[in-house]
Amino acid sequence: MAKVLVVDDEANIVLSLEFLMQQAGFQVDTAEDGESALSRIAESPPDLVLLDISLPGISGFDVLERLRGDPAHARLPIIMLTAHGREVEREKGLALGADDYITKPFSTQALVEKVKTLLAEVS
Amino acid sequence: MRSSVVVLTVAFGYLALLFVIAAWGDRRAEQGRSLIGSPTVYALSIAVYCTAWTFYGSVGRAAQYGPSFLLIYLGPTLAMLMAPFVIRKMVRIASAQRITSIADFISARYGKSSSLGALVALIALIGITPYIALQLKAITVSHAVLVNYPQAAELRLADESFWADKSFWVALVLAVFIILFGTRHLDASERHEGMVAAIAFESLVKLVAFLSVGVFTVFVLFNGPAELFARVVAAPELTRLMSLEAVPGGALGWVGMLVLAFLAFLTLPRQFQVLVVENVDERHLKRASWLFPLYLLVINLFVIPIALAGLLLGDVSGDPDSFVLTLPLSAGLEGLPLLVFIGGLSAATGMMIVETIALSTMVSNQLVMPLLLRSRHLHLSTRGELAGWLLRIRRVAILLILLLGYLYHALIGDAYSLVTIGLVSFAAACQFAPALLVGMYWRGANRLGAGVGMSAGFLIWAWTLLIPGFAQSGWLEAGFLDQGPWGLAWLRPYALFGLEGWDIYTHSLLWSLTANLGLLVGISLFTRQSPLEQTQAALFTEAMHPGLVQTTLWQGQTTRGELRALLDRYLGGAATARVFATHPDEAADDSQPAPPGLTARAEQALAGSLGSASARVLIDSVVRGEALNLESILSILDTTSETLEVNRRLEQKSSELAHASEELRAANERLRELDRLKDEFVAMVSHELRTPLTSIRAFAEILRDSDDLPDEKRRHFLDVVVRESQRLSRLIEEILDLARLESGRLTLEPQRLDLVALARHSVDAVHRPQENRGVTLEVEITPETAMVIGDPDRLEQVIINLLDNAGKFAADDDPRVLLRLERYKDHYRLAVEDNGPGIAEDERERVFEKFHQIQRQEGGEARGRPRGSGLGLPISRGIVAHLGGRLWVEQAPRLGGACLVMELPEAPAEKLKAES
Repeated sequence: MAKVLVVDDEANIVLSLEFLMQQAGFQVDTAEDGESALSRIAESPPDLVLLDISLPGISGFDVLERLRGDPAHARLPIIMLTAHGREVEREKGLALGADDYITKPFSTQALVEKVKTLLAEVS
Repeated sequence: MRSSVVVLTVAFGYLALLFVIAAWGDRRAEQGRSLIGSPTVYALSIAVYCTAWTFYGSVGRAAQYGPSFLLIYLGPTLAMLMAPFVIRKMVRIASAQRITSIADFISARYGKSSSLGALVALIALIGITPYIALQLKAITVSHAVLVNYPQAAELRLADESFWADKSFWVALVLAVFIILFGTRHLDASERHEGMVAAIAFESLVKLVAFLSVGVFTVFVLFNGPAELFARVVAAPELTRLMSLEAVPGGALGWVGMLVLAFLAFLTLPRQFQVLVVENVDERHLKRASWLFPLYLLVINLFVIPIALAGLLLGDVSGDPDSFVLTLPLSAGLEGLPLLVFIGGLSAATGMMIVETIALSTMVSNQLVMPLLLRSRHLHLSTRGELAGWLLRIRRVAILLILLLGYLYHALIGDAYSLVTIGLVSFAAACQFAPALLVGMYWRGANRLGAGVGMSAGFLIWAWTLLIPGFAQSGWLEAGFLDQGPWGLAWLRPYALFGLEGWDIYTHSLLWSLTANLGLLVGISLFTRQSPLEQTQAALFTEAMHPGLVQTTLWQGQTTRGELRALLDRYLGGAATARVFATHPDEAADDSQPAPPGLTARAEQALAGSLGSASARVLIDSVVRGEALNLESILSILDTTSETLEVNRRLEQKSSELAHASEELRAANERLRELDRLKDEFVAMVSHELRTPLTSIRAFAEILRDSDDLPDEKRRHFLDVVVRESQRLSRLIEEILDLARLESGRLTLEPQRLDLVALARHSVDAVHRPQENRGVTLEVEITPETAMVIGDPDRLEQVIINLLDNAGKFAADDDPRVLLRLERYKDHYRLAVEDNGPGIAEDERERVFEKFHQIQRQEGGEARGRPRGSGLGLPISRGIVAHLGGRLWVEQAPRLGGACLVMELPEAPAEKLKAES
């Protein structure tokens, strides 16, 4: 069973994503901030990451950059899921190596589809 | 040992040394490495003011009249203090007009008038001759004292034939020396750099010599000033000298002497020469204006001690005028008296050199040349080389001036003391002051007024000072001194118009200057100026005008060839080449017309040698047409003024423009910054709105799409949707508040309210939710009531916000919050403390920034505490500020965490409000 790591500091959003992913048949792990996300990934690598940008401590962009800089996670599918809707931020996320950039609020169906597609591509 | 031979050898050696210095100075000047390009040399050259009269006479006067001699030096000190206003202008004019002497200056000011120049030269010649005589007398007497001591140096001048009189030979030797010294150049220009260098050197020599005697007297003859003054105090007749009452003429005498010295310092021909004509750089005045007074102070330091010492020692010292010599002689010294003699010699020769050169320049330029140029018989204009003539005239003049000095010396003899003779000359020089000074500042002063005024002043001077001197020497029947001529008592020289009881100088000065000045002003007011005079008057009075072209511009025409021939004849080839080099024109040959600038330049060069009046005549003889008249000059001046005014306005305009564009730029910058802040704000707002919206949409979709959701979960999710919707509304409300606050459209309804009641009410509102989260809320209110002006709803919003925040940031274990309300001066302070981690010093202001969220190390939400929007504190601060209060963060004094303090001014008493 594929494992999805949800990184967000909004409890209710984590709650909704957790529910959605479980419903879609994935195992779910959660992290509230960037540092704990990185350590979660190191402990038990997920198959996909849903990553917020505005996080306490290091930002989602930092997490993304570090993961892409590490050969072990260079191909780990990462979806940025963020309330930062400006085009420059979107471009930055994609340039840093995110597989997709989805703006909040999002369509739950579209998100689940996207996660499924990405996981299928990898395997 | 003190044989005449030794003394003469030393004296001649000294003169030779001077000559070498002068030659060296001239050489350096030719090489363009001027020796005198220093303000110190300039200041030292001005010290030619201190003549033999200072060197010997000051002690003499101090021995007779106490400290009054100092006035002679206070006058020049005063003049130097005013140098930036008066002397600077004189220097500026003189350098622009190539002025050669004070006679030339006055002549140039009054329309380059030959007659006025001649009058000044004549007065100078007659007035200064006694002064030269004085120097001759000083040299002869000091020589006699040196050689004959301890026998008295009796001089019976009139009894001997002139060839047996040493002063005659001194005059002759000096004449030769000065001729070699001052007229070595073929180029008879107005400046003498070598002479100035030598004079500066002489000033050092006399200073050293005088200080040596002073030190010797005070510290060797007497064991320091203490012993000297102790012995003076013991001699009652000497203490009188120490007081200020010994001045002849009393208080009026003081004033008279001060004015006399002040004016003479500016008008004595030699002072004008070194101060104005020889000045190479206007900026030198700055240092000279304090260095020269300092020199005067130093050289006068020992005058009174020497005078007192001489009087104490009695017979051995002889005549007070010779104390400086007799004191070291009486101690049996050999070297020091010789040094003193050289010092006196340097003081005398310095004066004679400069004075004679200045006078000879006047005689040649103002008296002889104009006559020669007018005399048709000489056909001067058709003769060849004339530069040599000029020098020959000057050499003869030098010889005659010195012989005239000798003659006066021989005739008047011992009738007057050194000081008396000096003051007589001072008073003569003062007659130039009205024409000189008034002419520099009043454009209306004219030639006739100057001429008549000066003549009258001179006649009164002669009657009240010069002629009495002759009478006292026995050359005239002295009876008229007491009874007046032909028995006319009101014409008595020392009591003119019945003015009795004044000292003779103040008396003479008063009448002569009154007549001089009165006639100058009176006649000038009622007579007219010639066009050239108007031009010159304008150039002189407006000399400091920045836009002024200080030359007469010629409208007439002449050829380069004619001009060249003229200059060649009067100045010689080298000087002519220098003039033409200023207007190089390859194409022009001698048949071409000379440009006006070249003509003006040629006139200047001629003026530098011949004086302005003669130069004018000569240029007139070759130029066909008129010089620019007053109207043109004035229109140039006016144009310059207008141009300056227009420039000034333009500058003002452009600086205004620059200012405006700078303001625009800054405004633009501010707008840009505001725009950026607005963008940022919109981005932050949208980010903050998206967050609750995300939860709402996600759960709404989940609820829609998941039919098989257990009831419990469904309720939970719906609950989230409701709470997030509330959060969204709250957020929107806050954003609107903030927008209103920032645009100033927030409507507050201020009223008198009791902060105590309001605080309790707020505490009640948050009490339950806080308690639910385990927060202990304490309240500590000291005042009974706390009346402030405020909007109760808004203030409650602020207090609740503070309590909420405190609850959120209180410690996890046993969270505690404390609300305190107390009076502070005429304010009330409401503080909300928590026992959380507190806020770092550098974070304390940032918590008031919009959307700033304090990061908690451990997530707060997990503990069931709601997230803030990051707008509560900025809004609170805005509200408090609107009510005239303040809101800030500090360290909590009681609970140790953060403490937010709201301070509001106490409301004015109700009674007052009711009255108004």
